[in-house]
Amino acid sequence: MTAPPRLPLRTRAAIFLRLFAVQGAWNYETMAGNGIAFAVEPALRLLPGGTRGEAYRSAMARQGGYFNSHPYLAGVAVGAIARAELSFEDPERIEKFRAACCGPLGSVGDRLVWAGWLPACSLLALASFGLGASPAGVALLFLGSYNAGHVALRVWGLRVGYRDGLRVAPALGAPLFRQGPAYVGKAAAVIGGIAIPLAIRGVIEPEQLVTSPGQHTSFGLLPWLPIVLACAALGAAALTRLHGRAEGWRLAVVALAVFILFSVAH
Amino acid sequence: MTLVASILPLALLGALLGLDVVSFPQAMISRPLVAATLAGALVGDPGRGLLVGVVLELFALEMLPFGASRYPEWGSASVVGGALYSTQPAASGGALAVSVFAALVTAAAGGWSMVQHRRLIARRATANRGEVTADSITALQLWGLTSDFVRGAILTGLVLLLFLPLAHELLAGWKADAALSRAVVVALAGAVGGAAVWNVTHTFKSAPWLFLGGLALGTCLLVAA
Repeated sequence: MTAPPRLPLRTRAAIFLRLFAVQGAWNYETMAGNGIAFAVEPALRLLPGGTRGEAYRSAMARQGGYFNSHPYLAGVAVGAIARAELSFEDPERIEKFRAACCGPLGSVGDRLVWAGWLPACSLLALASFGLGASPAGVALLFLGSYNAGHVALRVWGLRVGYRDGLRVAPALGAPLFRQGPAYVGKAAAVIGGIAIPLAIRGVIEPEQLVTSPGQHTSFGLLPWLPIVLACAALGAAALTRLHGRAEGWRLAVVALAVFILFSVAH
Repeated sequence: MTLVASILPLALLGALLGLDVVSFPQAMISRPLVAATLAGALVGDPGRGLLVGVVLELFALEMLPFGASRYPEWGSASVVGGALYSTQPAASGGALAVSVFAALVTAAAGGWSMVQHRRLIARRATANRGEVTADSITALQLWGLTSDFVRGAILTGLVLLLFLPLAHELLAGWKADAALSRAVVVALAGAVGGAAVWNVTHTFKSAPWLFLGGLALGTCLLVAA
């Protein structure tokens, strides 16, 4: 084993950009394995003999196998693998690392991003809609807040992965990953409570909140607002009692289909 | 011909946003809040696109893209919903119900098409297994990205081709009260969104109280407005 070379800026940039497409060939056979090989490939060109060398060919063959993780944290694995390959680590150790890091990188990312950051940013944008933000304002608030976290996580992952190599596991025990989901979840709970009634009102009487020249139409629904809110609350309570046995959006498709048929045939 | 020409830019938008869901770049431009607003902007009314986006976002909160689970595809679906609603007359009572229904059906079809797409890639990956080279890896990656783009375009185009005339027919014969029609859609979305927020957050200590506190604050803001 030798010390890995410092990655040239161009190589780091190429790996980073490729990480955005890490799930480009996601499938039920190798999952994100192909994407990992695709992302780490610019670093492997630095191996002795370049792209024509035996080291490059065997490293590429190793990296195309099964791999799965949260896409935003795939950079941790890619950085660590790049360092390990460029340090001529034992191939068996590299393959063991690939197999071992799938679970932690998946569960940490799912809890922090899919169950925390994404709903929190979405609810923040819904609240801004309810408070009268413009269409561009709502979209930019969501994209800006969400991607600030998203891109930061990808940058951190690649940096830490290459810095620590196959010993990157302790980095996943950082306070952000241990306590972050709880803080974000609590914030999402407060924002969600505020956002949902405001968003419902915003959809009910949009002419007060959404400005579209020449499209001002009142449905006279504002007096119905307490009834709509009560129905939504009862429906939400009923759905939570189902404990995932039925998906609400599928039930909504059926309910809407029945309502549309009733409205046309009535 | 006119219908096909008007659908083409929307199909391309659906392709781009469908690609964002999983393949590239996962920046969540495919979330309904953004995607439906973009579709509305493309047909000239971002405000009405956002309105459908808000309703669909409440539904989308329920199905988050965990791991290898199967979930609806909201990118193309939001383009369909946003475009359909923005092209209907503003006074049309059932437009929101029909547009949201079309979007939810598209989301289900999109989820199914993503599964088929992943199976296709798996077949190619298995065929390549004997000779994993840099070229085969890059080729599979590009094929996956391109075919996902095509999947989104075909899905969006076909659904709009079906639903643009169908929505016109349905709304021409719409007899239900406009206020009731809108209330049904909003109540359904609010119920699903509320349950989703509860399910995501209630496992954290004291989060249920924070949610109820937020609801109280939101209701106060409604009364004050």
